[in-house]
Formats: sequence, structure tokens, C-alpha cells
Amino acid sequence: MIWIFLLLLIAFSVLAYLGGRRLATRRSAGVRAHSRPGQHGLYALIWVGMPALVMLIAASIFSTPLERQMLAAGAPDSVTQLEPFRREAFFSDARRIGAGLEAQQIWPAPYAEELPAEGRRAHRISSVLSWGGGVAALIAAILGGVFVFVRIRPDLRARNRVESWISLLLFACSVVAVLTTVGIIFSLVWDSLRFFNSVPITEFLFGTKWSPQMAIRADQIGSSGAFGAVPLFAGTFLIMMIAMLVAGPIGLFSAIYLSEYAGRHTRSVVKPLLEILAGVPTVVYGFFAALTVGPAFRVFFNNIGAMLVGGPLDGVGQYLLLVQNQMALVAGAVMGIMLIPFVSSLSDDIMNAVPQSLRDGSYAMGATKSETVKRVLLPAALPGIAGAFLLAISRAIGETMIVTMAAGLAAKLTLNPLDTVTTVTVQIVTLLTGDQEFNSPKTLAAFGLGLTLFVVTLLLNIVAMRIVQTYREQYD
Amino acid sequence: MTDAIQTTAVSARTQRLQARLRGRYAREMRFKWYGRAAIGFALTFLVILLGSIIMQGHTAFYAHSVTLPVYMDPARIDRSYPQGANFEQIVAEQQMRRLGIQDDAQGSKTAAMKALFSSELKFQAAGMIARQPSLLGQTVPVTAPLSDNADLYLKGEISQATPEDQRRISNEQMAWLDRMKASGSVRAHFNSALFTKGDSTQPELAGLLGAVVGSALMLLVTALIAIPVGVGAAVWLEEYSPRNRLTAIIEVNINNLAAVPSIVYGLLGLALFINFLHLPRASPMVGGLVLALMALPTVIIATRSSLKAVPPSIREAALAMGASRTQTVFGHVLPLAMPGVMTGSIIAMAHALGETAPLLLIGMISFVPGVPHAIDEPVGALPSLIYIWENASERAFHERTAAAILVLLAFMIVMNAAAILLRRRFERRW
Repeated sequence: MIWIFLLLLIAFSVLAYLGGRRLATRRSAGVRAHSRPGQHGLYALIWVGMPALVMLIAASIFSTPLERQMLAAGAPDSVTQLEPFRREAFFSDARRIGAGLEAQQIWPAPYAEELPAEGRRAHRISSVLSWGGGVAALIAAILGGVFVFVRIRPDLRARNRVESWISLLLFACSVVAVLTTVGIIFSLVWDSLRFFNSVPITEFLFGTKWSPQMAIRADQIGSSGAFGAVPLFAGTFLIMMIAMLVAGPIGLFSAIYLSEYAGRHTRSVVKPLLEILAGVPTVVYGFFAALTVGPAFRVFFNNIGAMLVGGPLDGVGQYLLLVQNQMALVAGAVMGIMLIPFVSSLSDDIMNAVPQSLRDGSYAMGATKSETVKRVLLPAALPGIAGAFLLAISRAIGETMIVTMAAGLAAKLTLNPLDTVTTVTVQIVTLLTGDQEFNSPKTLAAFGLGLTLFVVTLLLNIVAMRIVQTYREQYD
Repeated sequence: MTDAIQTTAVSARTQRLQARLRGRYAREMRFKWYGRAAIGFALTFLVILLGSIIMQGHTAFYAHSVTLPVYMDPARIDRSYPQGANFEQIVAEQQMRRLGIQDDAQGSKTAAMKALFSSELKFQAAGMIARQPSLLGQTVPVTAPLSDNADLYLKGEISQATPEDQRRISNEQMAWLDRMKASGSVRAHFNSALFTKGDSTQPELAGLLGAVVGSALMLLVTALIAIPVGVGAAVWLEEYSPRNRLTAIIEVNINNLAAVPSIVYGLLGLALFINFLHLPRASPMVGGLVLALMALPTVIIATRSSLKAVPPSIREAALAMGASRTQTVFGHVLPLAMPGVMTGSIIAMAHALGETAPLLLIGMISFVPGVPHAIDEPVGALPSLIYIWENASERAFHERTAAAILVLLAFMIVMNAAAILLRRRFERRW
């Protein structure tokens, strides 16, 4: 339906443009007009198309919520008394029947009889809404058209008006970015507040037990659910540390070599190759971690364990024999590989920003290249490199797929890299991808975790960007 | 005498200095080698990563099919309802007779034979009868894929060395497969199902087409939203915006958005588009919107830097000739910045194509059979399919996961290569 309206809208706009141009030519015959006919045409197009487009977008956004409201408002009592989950299913089936499809489930007696009637009602409501939106858009277009076609005259400053509309449109585009942030904050805070209504925020931030399995029935025992997120924070921290231990030195030394030692040719070959590592999707790293690195590490540690068993380190050997595929070390190491190009290209930029005169001064005093790097370049670039590391840390904390596929689900408070740990992002995915009922604390907990993640990464980013920025300006 | 003392003192000092110099040079060499080692490490990882995926994935691009002459027994196949006939049993029994195998009382050998064929065999045979009922009573050749485990054995991925109770295919079945292969009824061919079919629960019938189409629809929505809005925002910030607080806030905000973890966008999509606006779950529309919001900062930043690269003299010349600001921007600056804008947009789209985490949260984790054809119905996407297949228990899905990754990487390489070509072809230095 909406597509037909959209096509009509485009046709109307084209007609408005042609009509406006023609009208302007005719009315300004013999007079010196302020704007050219085409600009009058554009002005007409804006006034015909814009209001109608706004109407259509509003109709398509709000028709679904409105439809659900109206469907729920007029429903018979027996349906209204259903529990929310079943009620939703009933309405969804009513809509399917209204659209001429078959119901997705078989409904027992009182509901089965109401289904056809409700289906007809659903069909009526949805057609009223979609036609209503279309007609509203049409009226808006006609009103806009009347408004603009009356005003087309030689002295109308059509060009200026079109241009101010264009700059308004461009401004609206940049406001979208702000609205995205507002949307993120609003949706995270809203659902987190609902979560903190049932679980106190102190328990969430400082509790040390995480087991989000809520009781399905009230009388069930042993599954009350615990939402202490400290084990998740510990797991995230552990994996982040391992990742930075891999990415930090390798990334930094690559950057030093590329910016100070490598020739033009080497640079032009190696840099794009490193960039490939950054371009590989994270789900691919997750696959690599889960099916290649994980088993390889397990076999390695199991073999070491087999050698140690029976010797003086028997306990360690026994432990290593039981190491599993999913360990913090695997996820951390693979994440570290992913972060190498990130660290190296940022550090490279920062070291290139250090003025050549500092290096020349050091060489003139007889220092070797490595001495220059260690004594002059690194101290000068240190704050910037710290900023780059902070950005990498924020990236590591927010990374999802590698840990989801390779880290595991057991929430343990441990710093042992050979143990399975879980992270904030893994839990968000786990909580939201199972069978879910939206209002349970279990799913809302994901938003609490999301808010924590957002705040932490935001702080890290702001601090890091500030450092990098001030540092860059220092030498400009 | 004094001369001799002096020379020894000098030579001792020289030696000391030379030793120190040697130490410094050695340290220099070591430092240089640290850098080389770091780059070597990184590139080795790259080779291992790509190598392991190619090693695991290349076998998924071919598959084994069996072609058997089947006697369409009118006693066991209902002319009006061929789908109801137990074709697998019929074919297995006929094949047992042909190979001269005697079944035991429980029929376990026939069952083992049946397990070698894909369930596709039944649909093929039933389809033939439905189209052409006159085939009933005749012997016709029917072609169908082998089952996933039989296929894995013929590819050498299940080896006889593994103890029999630890593999999904018995010694007896292996012997039958070898005989069928030797007689020419089983043959290897290009696995076209991988590119012509949607997802399936059976590995031998599962394909990527559904996910590829789903990803393409989603990327279309993303491109239609993110590129115009992103370019518009960048033009406003770079060419129109007054230097005030609001502009500063927008700029800081865009830089921060670029660093927000992708999963947070997934939460936004779930809360806003699905739970609040009730847009259809797991649809390309919602996926495209989420990815568009995510790609927006990248497009804006790339566009701004290519607008910055256009020298001010172009703007000044246009303004001096009496053009308005809008005419200057849309007639001169933006066309000159277009190659950079396109390059940045394509790279942002390639990145969006590989993004997985937000898709999982908006529901693209469920099994979607078939090939989608609308932007408001549930679809699968390539990256989420990789995640789903990676979790599947059938071993044959592993090689297909790796193959799906290779297909995804191929798309990304094509997109990035297009971006690089665009830049090489049209880039202008001022």
C-alpha cells in the first residue's frame, strides 16, 4: 500500500515541478523575474512533496502502534482477560486472518469463534489506517499545491526560499546524529530504570553472583535469579587485559617499525595488509577462535598437562588436562589480533605528528635510531599513544562476536586465563536471543548491562579523544 | 716509556668505546628486529586466519550426488498422492538388491542404506511422478544429493582410522559408498545448492542464497538512508554551519557515535524499532535502519574529510562569480568531493555488511528457510547465518560455515576493491 502512495507522491512532485516552471514562465512573460523558472518549479515541488512525505512517514511509523491500540481497545472481554503473551498471539493471528492468511496456532473454544470477527475488524482497522494515511498525504499535497501556485509571481524570491529549505534539510540531517544519541540514551535508561525497579542498582553493580534464570512459575524453587554483575565485569576486564597484552606490544612495535625504519616500498605493502586484519568481520574472528584457536590451545595445554602429571607439578598437570576449548585466553588472544591494526595505525599517526626537528636534533647528537625512538619519540608521543590504547580498550570492551563464540557462559569471578569466563556483551546477547518475554527482569537486565557498557565506553572515548586531540594540536 | 703507557691507555679507552658502540649497534639491531617480528607476527596471524578458513571451507564448494535407476513400483506408490510413498525405503531396498546385500530381520541394513541418501531423494522422485504419472511402473534414473555424513566420508573428512562407535558412519556403509563410487553411481560435482538454495536444517540442502538476498535488501535500506543523510549532515557541518555551541555539540556527538559499540545499536533497534514502533522483527527494514544509524558517523566523517580536501579557491571563485552558497556547494564543491564521498560510503557499507552483533538482537538468529522477497518479512543475513551455522551440531555445517565466510569475504573484497579503484581513478590532488 505504502509503495503505491510513495509512487503517487513522486508523480505528484514531478507534476508540481513541471507545473511550477511553466506557470512561472507564463506569469513572468515580459517582466524581469527575480528567480529562474526552474527555481520556481523546485519551490512548488517542495511545497507539494514535503507535507505529503511528512504525512506518509508519520502514518507508516505510527500506524502499527495505533493499530494495536485500536485492536486491543475494541476486543471482546474473553480476549482482554488473556495473559499478555497469549493476547499478543491472538491479535497477531487475528491480523493474519484479516490479511487472508491462516492462523499460526489452534485456538480453543471461546477464542476460535471470535477469531473470524476479530480478523474482519483487524482488516477494517488496518485498511482504514492505511487509506487514512494516504488520504491525509493527498490533502496535504493539495493544500501545499494551492498555497504555492497562488504565490508564484515574477517577484517571488523562489531561489532564496528553496535554498533556505535546502539548508534546513541539511541541518535536519545532522540532527539525526544527535537524535541517535538521544535515542540510545533514552531507550537504555528507560528499560534500565524498569530493571532497577525490581533489582536494586547496588546489587547489580556490586553483587558477586550472576544467574539470570528467573522462575517461570512463582512457586518454583531454586531459581530466584541473581543479578550481581561483578563476575561479568571481571570477565570483561580479564579478556580485555589479554587482548591488550597481545595488541599493545605488537601494534606499537609495528607502528615504530613502519614509521621509523621501513622504506616507502615496505610501507606501501605492509600497511594495506595490516588493514585487512581490521576489515575482517568480527564473526569471522569468532569462528576462527572457536574452531581453530580454541581446540589448538586446548590440545597444547592438555599435552603439557600430560607431561606434568606424575611429576612434582602433578596438581598443575591434572588441572591442565581438564582445560576446555572455551577459555579467556583464546577469546583475548584473538581479540588482540583484531586490535593490532587499530593500535598500530593510531600510534603511527601520532608518531608521524611528532616534528622531524626533534628526531634530527637527536640524530645530530649521535643517537642511533632506536635511542631516538626510546628517548625522544616515545616520550613525546606518550600521551597520544595512551589515548590510542584507551580507544583500543574501549573497542575490546564493546566487542561482542568473538567473546560470544569463544568465551563461554559461566559467570565466574576469576583471573585465571585458562578458565571460561563470560563478559557483559556475551550476557546481553544471551539474555536477548533466547525465548523472551519482554518485561521480565531477565531481558531488562540486558539493558542495564547495555547502559553500563555505553557509559564506560563513552567515558573512555571522551578521555581518549581529548588526549589525542590536545596532543595533536601541541605540535601544529 | 710514557708513550707506551699513553698508547695502552688510549687503546684501552678506544676498546671501551668500541665495545660500547658495538653494544649500542647491537641494541639498535635488536630493536629493529623487534619491529620486524611484530609485523611478522601480525602477518602470520593473517595468513593463519585466512588459510585455516580456506582449508576448512574449500570442501564445501563441491558435493557428492547419487544417481540410481529406480523402479517406480505401482504397488507401493499412490498415483494420486505420490508424496505419501516411502521412496527412501523403496530406493534403499532396490539398491540393496543391486549390491547383493542380505538384510537382517530388523531391517537395520536397509535403514543404514537409507541413511546414506538425502531426504531430497524423496522430493525428487515424488515430483517426477506428480509431473508425469506415466512413469509409474517404469525404471527411471533419479538424482539426489548424498546425506551429509556420506558426503563427508567421500571427501575424506571422516576417516576409517576413527573408532567406529565415534563416527556417524559405519564401516559397512563406507564399504557400500566405495562400491557405489566405483560403479559410477556416486559422483562429485560443484555444490550448486550452496548458491541456489535458502537455509535448511539438513546441511546437504542448505544454501546461502536466502542470506545473500537478505543481506542485499538490508544493505539497500542502509545505503538509501545512511548515504543521503550522512552526506547532508557532512555538507551542513562543513559548508553551512555557524561556529557556535550547537555545532560543537553535534561534532563531538558524531565522533562519539563512531566509537559506540555495535551491540548498543542493537539494543537501540530492539527498544525503539521493534518494541516501541512495532516494526516487523528480523526484517531487512529494521536491520537496515540499525545498520544505517551505525554507518552514519563513518559516512559523515569520510564526507567531511573529502569536502575539506577541496581547496577554498574553488569556493571563492564560484562565490565571486555571483553564485549563492547552495549553488557553490552543489554545483562545484560536492561534485569535486564526490569520489572521496563514494569511496567512504562504499567502505562504510562493506563494514555494515560484516556487522553481526546488532542483527542478533533484532531477531536475525532464528531459522528462516527459503529466499526472502520483501523488506518487511523475517530474513537471514550472511553474518548471522555464519553465527547460526557455527552453532549447529552437524559436522557438515562446519565446512559450510567456512564457505559462507569465504563468500562474505569475497563480497567485502569486491566492495573494497571498487572503493580503491574509484579512488585511484578519480582522486585529484590540488
